[in-house]
Amino acid sequence: MANALVFIDNPGAALKKSNLELLTLARKLGETAVAFTGELTDDVAATLGAYGATTIYQPSVDDLADYLVAPKAAYLAAAVATSGATAVLLENSPEGKEIAGRLGIKLNAGVITDVVGLDADRTAHKSVLAGSYNTTAKATTPVAVLSVKANIVEPEPAGTVAEPATAKVEVPADAVANAARISSRTEKPASGRPDLSEARIVVAGGRGVDGDFAPVEELADALGAAIGASRAATDAGWIGHDAQVGQTGVTVSPQLYISAGISGAIQQKAGMQTSKVIVAINKDAEAPVFEIADFGIIGDLFKVLPQATAEIKKRKG
Amino acid sequence: MKIVVLVKHVPDAQFDRHITGPGNTTDRDESILSELDEYALEAALQLAEERGGTKAGNEVIALSMGPSGAVNALKKSLQIGAYSGVHLSDDALAGSDAAATSLALAATIRHLSADGRPVDLVLTGMASTDGETSLIPAQLAERLSLPQLTFASSLEVNGRTVVARRDAGAHSETVEAQLPALVSVTDQINEPRYPNFKGILAAKKKKIASLSLADIGVDPSQVGQAGSWTVVESAAARPPRTAGTIITDEGDAGIKLVDFLAAQKLL
Repeated sequence: MANALVFIDNPGAALKKSNLELLTLARKLGETAVAFTGELTDDVAATLGAYGATTIYQPSVDDLADYLVAPKAAYLAAAVATSGATAVLLENSPEGKEIAGRLGIKLNAGVITDVVGLDADRTAHKSVLAGSYNTTAKATTPVAVLSVKANIVEPEPAGTVAEPATAKVEVPADAVANAARISSRTEKPASGRPDLSEARIVVAGGRGVDGDFAPVEELADALGAAIGASRAATDAGWIGHDAQVGQTGVTVSPQLYISAGISGAIQQKAGMQTSKVIVAINKDAEAPVFEIADFGIIGDLFKVLPQATAEIKKRKG
Repeated sequence: MKIVVLVKHVPDAQFDRHITGPGNTTDRDESILSELDEYALEAALQLAEERGGTKAGNEVIALSMGPSGAVNALKKSLQIGAYSGVHLSDDALAGSDAAATSLALAATIRHLSADGRPVDLVLTGMASTDGETSLIPAQLAERLSLPQLTFASSLEVNGRTVVARRDAGAHSETVEAQLPALVSVTDQINEPRYPNFKGILAAKKKKIASLSLADIGVDPSQVGQAGSWTVVESAAARPPRTAGTIITDEGDAGIKLVDFLAAQKLL
């Protein structure tokens, strides 16, 4: 009997850092099993074992990825019944949260999203109202469903390594009936930069970049960072909507957030408030972003960013 | 087409927001129509208008659950163009989590289908701007056994097929389902219209129906804190971030920035 079931959805050839974080966190709750979809390579199975998974479940059908969320929730519900797990951990992506939502209804289980910390008794820590409150919440039901934000623990292998058992889980035959079908899928060109929602460092540009994201991109590349943007910048079409940080975009909690040419109106502050360290560069000394910056520079981003980029390259040799 | 749009009154995100009371719920004194719901309303109005509007039997019903103040979100929705409003209000609903909220909303939508004209489409925003769990669309779809197309950045209805485009991280998808369905839309889908003078006058003549739990056949024990599956045990205002060092660029701020990053071990 497992205590925690971690959902790992089609990771490809290697597990992602966020997968490893979920596994690390799950061990706090006790014995860990994995509900897996996609191709389970020997490497991936070995890594799951190294991170403490005792059993890896796989679905009896392989077309779950052709549909939106509902059949995955049905598979997970069956995996919970098979494993006896009392907690399910998923990624806090939009899809992860939706699967969590549907799964909660199927299992009569409380769902907590946006989890940033987890205690052994299933108490979840959250940051709400745009980072202005810290709360603790708990499911009062026999099973708890938790979607967990990235970057909240350092991945750490288990002390003892077991070779995990594998088992098939029967997906209910009606799971795909009445589900929304994905009729086409286009991969976006890979930028080579880290994913914004998971990045350790984010460099973000706003109205002040005035259409030119080059200095933001060059600093991001020197730091190995993801690119973010304010809504003003994405609405102006200077950069894709994918880069938008904040309430209607991606919420980020990186170690370092560098804000360039962003005034820091309240919704923008919302998107960066939970970052560990905030750096702000703005020409306007009155910009609200300086109220929350650990290090603020009143200056021209077109001078400050390139100078910083050059200095980083020099020091890194 | 009969379209129900979920609208929520939420504390205005332009101002500081607070959590109060024994149930750790959000203070709703300064509440407005959730900005993200306007995109769903606009999408509904466009679908109805393309099909000949009210004359051709189309309906856009704004539905809000919440205490008396929620009427303001409905009034605003009527001014923008919703054809009618439904206000689900009952003291027992206070403190409902997403599961209990979705149960009450599902019962309301079944109730609205009971006149022989079933609801074809339920439209929602991508999230509320207060709780931001974005659980309601998925949980409501599960309770009503509807296909869900979430985070739609475009939406078309061809006959009984609904087609949406969405961006999902590393890829874009086209997704489709048969009506009845639930669709949540992002702020990329359209440009919501503003209420004009004509709309504001017309809204005065439109009806807002009030429903209680008894009307929709839900027992008070199924909702509110009694019917919720999660509990918020504590809420503490995060200490405000204090400003750190602020410098004015004197030609070497980029280097000082790198010094700061090095000192913080962030390089």
